[in-house]
Order: sequence, then C-alpha cells, then structure tokens
Amino acid sequence: MCLAIPVRVVAKPNESTALIDLDGVQKEISLELLDGVEVGDYVILHVGYALARLDPDEAERTLALFAVAA
Amino acid sequence: MKYIDEFRNGALAKGLAHAIAYEADTARSYNFMEFCGGHTHAISRYGIADLLPANLKMIHGPGCPVCVLPIGRIDLAIRLALEHQVILCTYGDCLRIPASNGLSLLKAKARGGDVRMIYSAADALQLARAHPERDVVFFAIGFETTTPPTAVVLRDAAREGVKNFSVVCNHVLTPSAIMNILESPHVRTLGTVPIDGFVGPAHVSTVIGSRPYEFFAEEYRKPVVIAGFEPLDVMQAILMLVRQVNDGRAEVENEFTRAVTREGNLKAQALVSEVFELRRTFEWRGLGEVPYSALKIRRKFGAHDAETRFGLAYTSVADNKACECGAILRGVKEPRDCKIFGTVCTPESPVGSCMVSSEGACAAYYSYGRFRDVAVRAA
Amino acid sequence: MSTVKPGYVRPLDLKHGRVDLSHGGGGRAMAQLVEQLFVAAFDNEWLAQRNDQAAFVPPAGRMVISTDGHVVSPLFFPGGDIGNLSVHGTINDVAMAGAQPLYLAAGFIIEEGFPLADLTRIVRSMARAANEADVPIITGDTKVVEQGKGDGIFITTTGVGIVPDGVVISGDRARAGDRILLSGTIGDHGMAIMSKRESLSFASDLVSDTAALHGLVAAMVHAVPGIHCLRDPTRGGLATTLNEIAAQSGVGMMLDEAAIPVRPQVDAACEFLGLDALYVANEGKLVAICASDDAERLLAVMRAHPLGTRAAQIGTVIDDPHHFVQMRTRFGGRRMVDWLSGDQLPRIC
Repeated sequence: MCLAIPVRVVAKPNESTALIDLDGVQKEISLELLDGVEVGDYVILHVGYALARLDPDEAERTLALFAVAA
Repeated sequence: MKYIDEFRNGALAKGLAHAIAYEADTARSYNFMEFCGGHTHAISRYGIADLLPANLKMIHGPGCPVCVLPIGRIDLAIRLALEHQVILCTYGDCLRIPASNGLSLLKAKARGGDVRMIYSAADALQLARAHPERDVVFFAIGFETTTPPTAVVLRDAAREGVKNFSVVCNHVLTPSAIMNILESPHVRTLGTVPIDGFVGPAHVSTVIGSRPYEFFAEEYRKPVVIAGFEPLDVMQAILMLVRQVNDGRAEVENEFTRAVTREGNLKAQALVSEVFELRRTFEWRGLGEVPYSALKIRRKFGAHDAETRFGLAYTSVADNKACECGAILRGVKEPRDCKIFGTVCTPESPVGSCMVSSEGACAAYYSYGRFRDVAVRAA
Repeated sequence: MSTVKPGYVRPLDLKHGRVDLSHGGGGRAMAQLVEQLFVAAFDNEWLAQRNDQAAFVPPAGRMVISTDGHVVSPLFFPGGDIGNLSVHGTINDVAMAGAQPLYLAAGFIIEEGFPLADLTRIVRSMARAANEADVPIITGDTKVVEQGKGDGIFITTTGVGIVPDGVVISGDRARAGDRILLSGTIGDHGMAIMSKRESLSFASDLVSDTAALHGLVAAMVHAVPGIHCLRDPTRGGLATTLNEIAAQSGVGMMLDEAAIPVRPQVDAACEFLGLDALYVANEGKLVAICASDDAERLLAVMRAHPLGTRAAQIGTVIDDPHHFVQMRTRFGGRRMVDWLSGDQLPRIC
C-alpha cells in the first residue's frame, strides 16, 4: 500500500510548498504535514505530500547492515 | 535514483539470501505475514520468493486498502456520480473495482458520470474551488499513510468555506487489521495459519511510528520488524525476523530507520485526530465487521461529510460465493486454492478484491508469479 | 471603381479562424480548406492533380498495407504532435514487415470549432515528417463533425510499401534459441504524454521518441535479410509486444531486466506514478528477433544508426508451451512479464 518515494527538496517557494526532484523530474508538493524541511533535505513523498524526512546517516547505516549480512 | 537504486542492489540481495538460508533452522518452518500491499507487490515484482529458502514462506496480509474496500462503499461513489451528478474525484486505484450491477467507477464514467482521476487530495479541493457551481466529492481511501492528506484538505475546506466540497471517508487502521488477524480462530486457536512474525508496513509507520506495534509483540508474542519499501529492506527484515524467532524474542524492531521513528509524525497524527474520529465498527471486505478499525469525519467538519450531506445509506453487498478473498486476506488460503482463480477471476475480469488491485495477493501472483506453478524448461 | 483584384477569393484565416461544418460539406469552403492548407503543405504531384484518388505504378515485390487511427491527447506534446505521430506510426507499421514505405493516405475527422491555427500546425508537422521520411501523403479526406462529437481531431493514416524478395518477417517466426533485440530506451513517449496530463503534470525533460524507423529497418534487413520478427512496441509497451509475438510464435521468452535500457527520467516518472516502464508506449523503437548467429551483426548495425545508438540484446526465446514472457530481475529473482490488463493507471498503493 502507500506508494511513497524519497525525493530531494530543491526549492521552497514558501513555508508550505516544496519543489522536489527525482532524477530530473520535478514536482511541487505540500509541506503541510511536515515542519522544518530545508532545501537539500530528502523527504518521503506520498500523494503530493511530504510525510517524513529521510535521515541520510540512517540510510548509510542500513546499507552497511546489508553488506555485513552478505 | 538516490535512496531507491541502492536498496535494489542484486549483489547485496545474494548476500542477504545466503544469510537467511544460513540462519534459518532447517528443522522448522518460518511463516511471516507481510501486512502491507506494497510489500506484497515488491516481493512479486522482484521475484524475492526465488531468493528465500524452501522452509520460509511469506503470507500476504490485508494491507491493501483497495482489496479491503467493500463493494457497498464503491456503490456509494457510483451513486454520487450517476444519481447526484457530482464531480467524483478518486485515486486511480479505485477506478476498476467491480461493484454492484456490473458497474465500476470507470464504467460509470462511460455512462456519463463525471468521474475524475486525481493524484492528490489537494487536486480534488482545487477542483471544488474552480467549480463553485458543482458539487465535488472526494472518495478517500487508504491506511494511515493516506489519511493525513485527507485531513489537510478537510481542514482547508472548512477554513476557506469551500461549501461545494465533501469527502466520502473510507480510511482504515492498520493495528486493528493486525489484531483482527491475530484474533481469528485460524491463528489463535486452531493454528491452521501459523504466523511466526510480521513484516510491518513501511509508510504507514512513518506516520504512526513504531510504538503501536509494541502491543502486538507483547500481547501476542509475535515479533514485528518494520521494513522499508525496497526489496533489500524486505529481505533484511525477513533476516531480522528469522533471528528473533531463533532467539525466542518477540520485539518490535525497525529496519526502516531512515524514515521511521518510535513516535512517528506527530503533526500528521494531531491533524488526523482533529478531523477524524473512530467508527464503532466498519465492514472490511473479506474480514467482515471489524470494531474500531476505521475513521469518520468529526461533526465539526460535518458540512464536508458526503455521507450525511447526500444522505447516503450504506448497503452491504455480499461477495461472490466462489470468491475466496476473505480467506486469502487472512492468510488461510492461497490464490491457487481459489476455484475461480485465473479462470473466471482474472485481472481483466476480477471477481474479488484481491484481483482488482495490482498489489492484491491474487493479482500479484497472477501477473508476476503464476509461472511457478508450471515447470518451464529454459532453452 | 473597385480596387479588388479580379478573381479575388478571401483566404482562410489560418491564424484566428475555426473549422466549421461547411469545411466538411464538400462545397467551396471545403475545397478552399483542402487547397489552402492540405495541398499547400503536402505539395506533391499527386495532390496537384486534384483527384479523389492517387494513381501509381507499384514496384515489383510483395505489397504491404497498413492503417492506423490516431486519437492521442494532448494533441501537442513534448517531442511531437498528433500530426507527425500519425505519419511515423503508419510508416513504422509498414516498415515492420521489412517493407520500404512508398506512399501515405490521410483521413481527417475534425470537430466543429477546432482552431485553424492548431490544424495548420498539425498539417505542417505532418508535411515535415513526410518530407523527412521521403514518403509523400498522396491522397486524403476531410470530414467535420458537430461540436461535442469529436475530440478536436482524429487522424487516420494508411500506408503502402514493398517487401524485397526473400524477406519474410512475421510475428509467428520466433524460434527457441533466437535472440531478442531492442533498438533503444523504453517508456519515453508514454511518460512524455503523462507529464502533460492535467493533475499528473510534472516538470521534466521527458520527450516523445516519435520517429520514422524505415531507414533503420532498411539497414537491418540489408545486413540480416533473415530477421524473423520485427515489431514496434506502441500501445501497451514492450511487454505487450513481446507477449503478442510469444503467442503468435508459440514460444516463451526469458528477458534480462538489467539489459533493458530506460532513461533515468522515465524511471523516475514511473516511480512517481507507480507505473511499470515495460507497459508504457513507445513511438520510435522496435523489437527485432533473429537467429542467435545473426544477433551480434544485427546489433552492430542497429547501434551504427542514429535511431539505434542504445540498442541492446534483452533476452532469449525459449521453449514454453504456456508462452510466458519471464524476466530475470535486476534483483536476482524471476517474475513474469504478463499481458497488460486494461490501461495501466497511476496508483497510490
């Protein structure tokens, strides 16, 4: 359920809107559900809304976990 | 695509597959339920079954909001479009769900209903602003991931006084569904569906956090590992579940640490509480009436509740007798066990909800995996 | 004393005018439309004769004929429009038989009220495409329907061509052991269209790949006259085309996901909408199936052509009584690449 993808914030026209980018495809989305988002952050996007911020450190840690198990 | 491609790496997959095979005790079997339809889809689409040992089985759970939406609720939407001539806004997923009288929202559109597919709840509200002379109704479905956006538009509609905008709320709750499964006789007493642990939903958890699952781990002694959306996430979560089972632990672990915290998105949760309240009971297709499992719009926002505004009375519609979706959603049966699977019931002509949505167990199996039933010799 | 030139006929207002029912009525208004717009743009010896039909002497060989209706929406999209799409589409259908396309016919059904500026743009685009491909539009027809009875404009193009001797290309000729080749990236056209659809719109460099493939085909057939199958994966995408051929030939297929070229932006756009690029339409790509011995040479020829620079071998034909198209995923597992059911719709789940 819940198709959601991690996207990068490339601009913030105002406090409640962000322009995001995924490999060159850009879209304006709502920040109404997430505070403190800055340009350069990665967010989880679902049906036009940012739901959570993606933590790059945790992402690296998780990838490292995969490699260890391997 | 950053944070996507790395989590689909085939070389790492091989490594994880070896680890799972190595650590899985050959003397026993492991049965894990992946609750989330997105995980069902990922497992099928990437062929993860090929990478798991023979004594480890994945059971597909009811975490597909399209699959559990009763026919009667779609009928409401169709009536709004055809009889009340509203602009009926819906996510693409709902367009082909077969409802009563051989209709679907897509077929209602062909009959002149103004049915419009939207990508975001915000689009529906925007349509209402742009067409003040028409009634605009948003048919809202989804688990906790999709509920906050509906809350936002309801709040905005009330604030701005967009009188012609209303919502049919079909939002359902994950923990209630998990509880329903764990409470079912098949799982609890009969043991016909052995569930050794759960792969918890990815994006629902970004909103509700990992805390709600602690209840299941404690009360029912079942491990839960919240997994990210990508195939490597799913495999890592399976490995973590195997370890928990081997160790005799029943904890909530979080594999999706890059997006899920214990508390979740408090702002979203607060907004949802402000706009919605629990329904005492709600019918789930295949599961029957489940108490406190769904949301309705609070009276404060009642002016935008399509069910009261249009005086819609809900009529329950029974599934086709041959349809085994109920059993499949609870993990009691597999698509192959259904007499009409692949013959009468196919993605082109779906009879039951498991076949309608591309992440329903039957559709996923039919589209991605039915070749496993027949031996195919490669040249 | 009148200053009007004798024989003066007020020209069509191509900038601001609109099509009305008289333009399809067969009378003077229609003649003027045909003359001022279509004949002027397509500009060839057949249309110059002003007959209802066009005559030609067919060269020797087996004749191929194909027809296609074009109803694309929006009419203008990044990389093309309904005009050049309709020219390329039919040229390609003819070329997929291994034939050299000779001539095109074009039928227009236009909705009352359609802006002449748009019609002009479309017709000139068709003319450009036909000229570049060296396949003239030699006859046509125009009808106008009442407002509300058409989606702006529908175009039907029919093409004829000649197949050289010794070339037998057909969907039922794939055999176990054959190699499956693809001329380039998939999903470009369909996602370019999607990006312009209201409510799904996103900003990107996505551009339709619409192109006439007969030059590429000619080079391929010249190098490997024994090609078994050729098809362009339009509606329903690569997956549908391969399933069609598998069924026609009574074989199965095993694809290699990692070998299928997809532009990163197409990948990203598909992620946004929950779509699978395998099922997204292409308008400038082809699939070729040939004997394994011919594969290397055929691939080299394709890569040497501007429309095939990203050509790749994407799979093998296998024995399979169920005619499944299977794929080894990038991830290491296997999945089926099934027929499409209905239209692929964007999803939230």
